[in-house]
Amino acid sequence: MLSTLDSFPARADAHPMQPRLYRAHKRHRETPDTFTLELEAAQDDAPFTFAPGQFNMLYVFGVGEVPISICGDPKRSNLLLHTTRDVGMVTHALSRIKRGDVIGVRGPFGTGWDVERAVTRDVLIVAGGIGLAPLRPVLYSILAQRERFGHVSLLYGARMPEELLYMPELQKWRARLDLDVAVTVDRGTRHWRGDVGVVTTLIPKAACDPARTTAFVCGPEVMMRFTIFELQKRGVSDENIVLSMERNMKCGIGLCGHCQWGPHFICRQGPVFRYNEIRDWFALKEI
Amino acid sequence: MQTLEPILAEHPFLQGLAPEYMQLLVSCASNVRFNSGEYIFQTGQAADKFYIVRQGKVALETPSPTHGELTILTVGPGDVLGWSWLVSPYRWHFDARVLEVTRAIAFDARCLRDKCDANHDLGYEMMKRFAQVFIERLEATRLQLLDVYAVHT
Repeated sequence: MLSTLDSFPARADAHPMQPRLYRAHKRHRETPDTFTLELEAAQDDAPFTFAPGQFNMLYVFGVGEVPISICGDPKRSNLLLHTTRDVGMVTHALSRIKRGDVIGVRGPFGTGWDVERAVTRDVLIVAGGIGLAPLRPVLYSILAQRERFGHVSLLYGARMPEELLYMPELQKWRARLDLDVAVTVDRGTRHWRGDVGVVTTLIPKAACDPARTTAFVCGPEVMMRFTIFELQKRGVSDENIVLSMERNMKCGIGLCGHCQWGPHFICRQGPVFRYNEIRDWFALKEI
Repeated sequence: MQTLEPILAEHPFLQGLAPEYMQLLVSCASNVRFNSGEYIFQTGQAADKFYIVRQGKVALETPSPTHGELTILTVGPGDVLGWSWLVSPYRWHFDARVLEVTRAIAFDARCLRDKCDANHDLGYEMMKRFAQVFIERLEATRLQLLDVYAVHT
């Protein structure tokens, strides 16, 4: 890890292509292959502000850079949280970071979930697997001003019970009287007493008025496709189905073209889209 | 004595069913309750009933020599439990174990089959409703098989 801070610009002067330095405050394991990194600014104390749904490029010096959604509370600007899976070289290096190690951070990039547009409406948050991470800031934002929204439900599906993220928080959310939380796994075990079945099976039972519902959806693309079918069946309109897409983001500012998807650059016009904006591209196998 | 008709009419599976069919169904229906841990049915037993769940949670399980009991699906309020009563040889293919105290309406399969044979309009109505359940379960099973959350390298 890089230890000298001198050659990097302070936050206020940062060019979007230049990383700012952050120090690992804590790393904790969420599931056998998923972990959350808590980062704090190593150079300056300027608060890090972001909108729910935005992502950062995390740079492990000498290894590479990866786009990771920000999954912390937008109100807590002193700590930057990212949950990711140990699947490639960079995320593997991130999974080995120790307290005090320094990495580069560029961002925040991309569009957010636009939680404000859901005010006064019912909200369905549909998350699959690690897709809960980019949706967690949505939940934090809504719960911070709970009275401004209608009925709010979190529908969360994962592969197995041991792959559920944020278990202590899930339990806290479940105990709330102003939030419905339904959790299901694709594969149950003898000791799992919760639901077994895919996350889409939770949608018909979710309490909401489809005509005034906004659905925030994040997970593997196949899961999102089936989720869209179910939401449409319930009567949620396409412009009120909001999705976070994922492609190979590199520059984060719509220059390099790595994440181009039809007419969109996911890093800049996305990652969050309303379904009516991307409907024509969503099922195209060629892209 | 309170009739089961209003309870049946409220259940999503039977919503919108014509009153004359509802009356036919009521004569085959009974209120049932199962305690946690109890088996509603087990693999190989005669499938002589089906259930619409009002409250609780039931796991559909199958034994595996290496993994013990595997839960393939849980059903809860608003769901239908069991369709083996519809097709020969009328035997259950899975175990149904109660996870949470479950209240349901049980339908006597022979009674209902006889009524469907005698009244094909009722039979067609029931088939349409069950076909919807089959399709939803099939789609869900396909999605489960895709293992979408796995890391595919």
